[in-house]
Amino acid sequence: MVRFVIRRLLQMVVTFAGATFLVYALMFANQNDPIQALAGERPVSDAVREVLTERYHLDEPFLVQYGYYMRDLLTGDFGTTLNGRPIGEIMADAWPNTVKLALLALFFAVLFGVAAGLVAGLRRGSVFDTSTLALTLVVVGLPIIVLAPIAQLIFGVKLGWFPTTAGARPSLYGLILPALVLGAASTATMMRLTRASVAENVRADHVRTARAKGLSSRRVVGVHVLRTSLIPVVTLIGVDLGTLMAGAIVTEGVFNIPGVGSKLLLGIQTEDGPLVVGFVSVLVVVFLVSNLLVDLVYALLDPRIRL
Amino acid sequence: MSDLGTAAAEVAPAATEAAPAGGRSRSLAADAWYDLRRNWIFWVASALVVLVVLMAAAPALFTSADPTACDTRRQFAGPAGGAFFGYDFQGCDVFARTVHGARASVLVGVLAVLLTGVIGLAFGMLAGYFGGWLDALLSRIVDVVLGIPLLLAAIVLSKRLAADSQGSGIASVVIVLGLLGWTTAARVMRSSVLAARSQDYVAAARMLGAGPWRIMWRHILPNALAPFVVVLTITLGTFIATEATLSFLNVGLRAPAISWGIDIATAGKHVREAALPLVAPSLFLTLTVLAFIMLGDAIRDAFDPKLR
Repeated sequence: MVRFVIRRLLQMVVTFAGATFLVYALMFANQNDPIQALAGERPVSDAVREVLTERYHLDEPFLVQYGYYMRDLLTGDFGTTLNGRPIGEIMADAWPNTVKLALLALFFAVLFGVAAGLVAGLRRGSVFDTSTLALTLVVVGLPIIVLAPIAQLIFGVKLGWFPTTAGARPSLYGLILPALVLGAASTATMMRLTRASVAENVRADHVRTARAKGLSSRRVVGVHVLRTSLIPVVTLIGVDLGTLMAGAIVTEGVFNIPGVGSKLLLGIQTEDGPLVVGFVSVLVVVFLVSNLLVDLVYALLDPRIRL
Repeated sequence: MSDLGTAAAEVAPAATEAAPAGGRSRSLAADAWYDLRRNWIFWVASALVVLVVLMAAAPALFTSADPTACDTRRQFAGPAGGAFFGYDFQGCDVFARTVHGARASVLVGVLAVLLTGVIGLAFGMLAGYFGGWLDALLSRIVDVVLGIPLLLAAIVLSKRLAADSQGSGIASVVIVLGLLGWTTAARVMRSSVLAARSQDYVAAARMLGAGPWRIMWRHILPNALAPFVVVLTITLGTFIATEATLSFLNVGLRAPAISWGIDIATAGKHVREAALPLVAPSLFLTLTVLAFIMLGDAIRDAFDPKLR
């Protein structure tokens, strides 16, 4: 177990270094004139240019710039945006909203996905099974840029069940519709995955043994079938976090939620390199760490896995 | 998936069921085709794909209206004449814009998938066949690219490319998707090459003196191609969705190009005045993405013996 954790951690360090380097290179390599971009149309005086060049290490070679950036990142200093606001501060403001949104989306996805998948897997070939399967197929194909505005139109504008936009201090109620939209694709994949593994597990030997021992069907399904069926679902949660964070950019934009996604989008549109790289780096870390945690949770869920 | 297929097959006349039993044995491909023919999802998806490709190749077959001939006096006017979906904020014919939007989507999707296919094929073949340190190195590269969620990387990269290039931005979106989206295809290729490499016919070819390139090209590739093609079909669907998302976020295609993503973004801002300009491109985009995903899904089911 310890060896496995160490190996995974080393792997993660390599991936992290590569991923941040890739993002950094994409954003800053062969940049035309970042100082002029900062100033817009106005001319830049030589003194200002000198100060900025020194502050952002613009006269150093690219690899050295990356080194400086990594040093700051690892010591928790995310730098400042091009107009002087500390990025850490913006992140601290934005994170709680995005975390709330993502957790709520994940909650809905697991709740509906696992419940529907369990029922469908136990009753394969039933009307419920075939209809939910067809529905998930449609949901998987629905791009979030279609789902978000259409859901806003139907449930916000036409029916008025939910607020159309969440506003500056989003309430939990205001986040329900965005979370459902954000979690829709995950719900569908989770349902399919749960259904497939439940259908496989009901025929497994350990389930037959449990039935033969005379356990109630509630206990057989709840403990023996569901527990083993949840393993692939847990993996999916790790993979889905990446999709959720990317989807949050669109969802937060449409529903006007002041989270990481909308701040990131703002940074991209104002060509604020430090902001984008800082945010993306943190998102990549979150993604990698959650995947690591998922790998470790495996062992707890499945007694067959001995690391 | 397979259940939907068999459910439909039960409705169909059972005459085809008995046909192959006594005849000569079928190859995997013929077997898959036999399965595929009876799957209604396959036919629906194929019909949609043909329709979208036709729309991209010859939009004049569907509408004679000019998608760029806009007149603000018709702003948000309802459906009239050939304009089945009415007019949008700029007074453009929504139906004409939606039909003409297929071209950019299909073009970007197909070109990006070709690029992805080339990169994924090379990576998968080399890593799977040679193994060892090369495999370790290539797999780490895949891990690094997978470590960044596709949309995040695509946003960063396409913003960069857009600053350098002029025009509609089709080339830069193709490069972005092609360079970032090949990881799944490479992994699938690698695992099927690994499986094919240890087969007897490969050992036989090697004993007959075939070099590694000949073995890879003539013996392994044809036997490892099916899952790879399936992944590429599904990838095509997700690429079309990603292109629309990038255009929606204003970092994808630009004004001279007509893109469903751009139209959805503009219509979303005026959804209180008129819903049809939002619904029409949304519907077409969804059906296109769905068609490719369903097609890939159906082919995979047909080729996967475990599901039989």
